[in-house]
Amino acid sequence: MKTYLPIIVVVALLAAVPLFTTSNVVLNFLVTALLIALAGQGWNLLGGYGGQYSFGHAAFFGTAAYATAILQVRYGVNAWLGLFIGTAAGALVGAAIGALTFRSGLRGSYFSLVTLAFAEVLRIVASVAPITGAGVGMLIPLDLHAQAFQFQSRVPFYFIALALVALSLLVVRAIENSRFGAYLAAVRENEDAASALGVDAFSVKLCAITISAAITATAGCFYAQYFLFIDAGIAYGPWISIDALLAPIVGGAGTVFGPLLGALAIKTLGETTKLVAADAPGLDLVIYGLLLVGVIGLAPRGIAGLLRTISRLRPSSGTTLEDSHG
Amino acid sequence: MAEALLKVDNISKRFGGLLAVNGASFSVAVGCISALIGPNGAGKTTLFSIIAGFLSPDNGRVFYNGADITGEPPHRLARRGIARTFQIVQPFAGLTVRENIAIGAHLSRRGRGEALGAAGEVARSVGLGAQLEAPAATLTVAGRKRLELARALAIMPRLLLLDEVLAGLNPSEIRDMIPVIRGIADNGMTVLMTEHVMQAVMSLAKQVFVLAEGRVIAQGTPQQVAADQRVIEAYLGHGAARRMAVGAGHG
Repeated sequence: MKTYLPIIVVVALLAAVPLFTTSNVVLNFLVTALLIALAGQGWNLLGGYGGQYSFGHAAFFGTAAYATAILQVRYGVNAWLGLFIGTAAGALVGAAIGALTFRSGLRGSYFSLVTLAFAEVLRIVASVAPITGAGVGMLIPLDLHAQAFQFQSRVPFYFIALALVALSLLVVRAIENSRFGAYLAAVRENEDAASALGVDAFSVKLCAITISAAITATAGCFYAQYFLFIDAGIAYGPWISIDALLAPIVGGAGTVFGPLLGALAIKTLGETTKLVAADAPGLDLVIYGLLLVGVIGLAPRGIAGLLRTISRLRPSSGTTLEDSHG
Repeated sequence: MAEALLKVDNISKRFGGLLAVNGASFSVAVGCISALIGPNGAGKTTLFSIIAGFLSPDNGRVFYNGADITGEPPHRLARRGIARTFQIVQPFAGLTVRENIAIGAHLSRRGRGEALGAAGEVARSVGLGAQLEAPAATLTVAGRKRLELARALAIMPRLLLLDEVLAGLNPSEIRDMIPVIRGIADNGMTVLMTEHVMQAVMSLAKQVFVLAEGRVIAQGTPQQVAADQRVIEAYLGHGAARRMAVGAGHG
């Protein structure tokens, strides 16, 4: 139980935010940050814990977003049911991509490139296929009822996003403390050595990419309900693949809170630079990029790694053993 | 001889123009230490990788406990009770010593706490008790060799394959390691080791197989193979045995 306490505390603190402000700007900021944290947590399980760096988590995000939208618009399926089906669809795509890439022994950058290719292929298909609305995109009709997973206020959305993030934190923490989590770390560190100890690396990676895809997929479903519009560029675009990997890397890949910390950090950075460089279009992206380079240069193990180093430096008698995680 | 736990039957493996293993056959008796020796390039590591499931042979079969295990992947062999160490140590560098060993212990223990507990016991049995919580990356070469051994032992194997577990150690480290290996065999485990350190082979092995140019050219007790002319020639070159005999006669 002790290992879950930090999660409960953090979630409780975040849940208290609407008590102090119901400003749309603040809530909107937090909802998008939580969305990225959720998508990033999916990436974190596969990339941070399993060492398989995907550049194509958009494939899972987009599939889930489209599944939710298409089921509602074309088949009249309830949006809440769509959330589950969308998540399952994302997980299925994850399992399929995992089976193909891992079965053919793709590792390292080859795996990254192939996942990127899968996401790009899906984006192109979605931009021409009639069922996805092709280039026009898909608009989910407005129906502001809780049964339709739509709300007038941002507050319910905020709580739902927070609940999903909390669930993802618990799932990843449980995996961290399980045999599967240990095997995943072993596969990350050294696949040959792991297999000599009885670890079926293929099954472990397949399982990881499926759960990873499912987590990122819930973010896709949520996105569709929150913005009520998706097109190929949003659903399968590189932006979500990048945010999904940037958040955990900035926050600390292979740590439970990494994606959440990272998502809050990069969203804050992004918004601040937009404010600072409001008059010069594109300048905010330049500053954003420079800041990211700085953050990663100064804290290669992310914010979580930086915090750990600081807490270790303070008691000077503490061990100075380098924690070479990841 | 006692019944064979591992039987290698007429194994061949070719890499392009190089015939690395050429019809090698031998049997490892249950419950004792056997050694596979041979000069550099004799095909020991290739043969070892084939037995451990990391390479498939072009020809021949490997039997373990009567079952044909040729070409089975390493993780299945581990589940059958075959553990191996790597000549070039392969620690999970980012994990602690305890976590490293726990990966092996998890094979028969699902619970995390149970596996971590068992890892502590195994670590103490190979003399790593003091470094349990240290990251594996901070271990010395000797420490990493012990870690390789501990991880393999943690799966509680029946057959332990040691690939040059003494290579790269200094004489005093080798002296410390030999009793550890002997202790393992005394507990009833069957051990097959490849080794360059002859002092260790002589003092540990009951049975020695000599591999040269991909074939088993001699086998027997360490004393028998050390006196074998073919073995001396394989190590020292053609005609060496005769020259030595002549030299001894003159001296």
